Amino acid sequence: MPLELYLDLFSQPCRSVYIFAKKNNIPFDFKQTSLMLGDQHGEEFGKINMMRKVPAMRDGEFCLSESIAMMMYMVEKFKTPDHWYPADLQKRARVNEYLAWQHGEIRMHGSKMFWVNVMVPKIMGKEVPQDKRDDAVEDLNRSLKMIEEKFLQDKPFIAGDQISLADLVAIVEIVQPLAAGVDVFEGRPKLSAWKDRVRQKIGPELFDEAHKGVMGAMEVVKALDSSKLQGFKPRIQKMFF
Amino acid sequence: MALELYLDLFSQPARSVYIFAKINNIKFDFKKITLFAGEQYGDEYGKINMMRKVPAMRDGEFYLAESIAIMMYLSEKFQTPDHWYPTDIQKRARVNEYLSWQHTAVRMHGTRVFWLRLMIPKMLGEEVPKDKMAAALEDLDGSLQLIEEKFLQDRPFIAGNDISLADLVAIVEIMQPVGSGLDVFEKRPKLSGWRNRVRAAIGPELFDEAHQIILSAQEMVKSMDGSTLQPFKPKILRLFL
Repeated sequence: MPLELYLDLFSQPCRSVYIFAKKNNIPFDFKQTSLMLGDQHGEEFGKINMMRKVPAMRDGEFCLSESIAMMMYMVEKFKTPDHWYPADLQKRARVNEYLAWQHGEIRMHGSKMFWVNVMVPKIMGKEVPQDKRDDAVEDLNRSLKMIEEKFLQDKPFIAGDQISLADLVAIVEIVQPLAAGVDVFEGRPKLSAWKDRVRQKIGPELFDEAHKGVMGAMEVVKALDSSKLQGFKPRIQKMFF
Repeated sequence: MALELYLDLFSQPARSVYIFAKINNIKFDFKKITLFAGEQYGDEYGKINMMRKVPAMRDGEFYLAESIAIMMYLSEKFQTPDHWYPTDIQKRARVNEYLSWQHTAVRMHGTRVFWLRLMIPKMLGEEVPKDKMAAALEDLDGSLQLIEEKFLQDRPFIAGNDISLADLVAIVEIMQPVGSGLDVFEKRPKLSGWRNRVRAAIGPELFDEAHQIILSAQEMVKSMDGSTLQPFKPKILRLFL
């Protein structure tokens, strides 16, 4: 029985897991779990991941959530090339440092832009207050600056000369605001050059395929019946109002 | 030159690194960074960790931030007992899953409750709206419930029969709201039982020593000079309110 990966490619951590598995030729069943349609609330999915989030993995009887845990599991189980998660103590530490930092920084701030620009206007019928919008943009800019100045510096990739899990986890988060119409690469030549290198290493076809869905997300959401999205209201209320 | 650990035991991740190093007899210089005196903003500290957070580590010429990266580095370098970060692929995955999840769950919600209950009203003299307090408590409650129902279930520790990095990282975060006078263990016998096991496995003296500062936070705040935090008030209010 091959690995099962429960994914929605709108979701950043799903994209990193998808790209990682495909790039390393790890056979898996793609189990489409559509967040906008509420698939994560189904009974069956609740047995795979009671936290009702994607991505999730089932390997025989073993179920696992959290993209970083899943990729580290696949690194070990399928003995992927060393550069993804280097055995060298200091290189690995640099990767771990980025993977830990990013949760409450770029991931959080990058995700927010989609809510601010697309979901909130659609569901609430009004814009996020200006001060909160400005804060969200400022937070995102701060995270991007940290990536350039601390995590990349003058290296081609976060851990050094080669692409690792750090770059993969970073790129999927950095692309997310693009889907909300925010060009994070404008005025950031260093970040832009790094993105091009990462896309090359992953393979342009795989990279573009993984990101095709989210780049059309704005259109998809606009076409949805907003009455069906009312379930997101409490969360939006908490986040912005 | 010994390992240097830059710590303030007010900080949850500083406590986990401190406990981990002490329990494994790892020699280090304790470099105190007093957060409430703003020492993290000094020029010298900026060279250690440009993100201006604690904990941070210096091992010769190698600098590292992020408690989880630091503990993984120490566990590898000093070959600490297997149970801290098991080589068994499924046990390790369970540890990684918790370590990944907790950043924007119990860590975020516990920190927020600590600031809303104690620091913001007592140090900054700012009243906290009832609905914000209620929302923060609800979020914390949700995280604690998940810890009991998903991460612990009927196991003595998160990864199984032995304490691991997951339990260490969990306990220091859960103790933070306790420092604000909130008894999170009341009415949670499962969590309480786990706390007792963790404290016993760490060693009661070490556990209590590491938590002395946070548990005397309510007393300390009475005699602390609130003016040192005033410059950070807008940033703090924006972060937590």
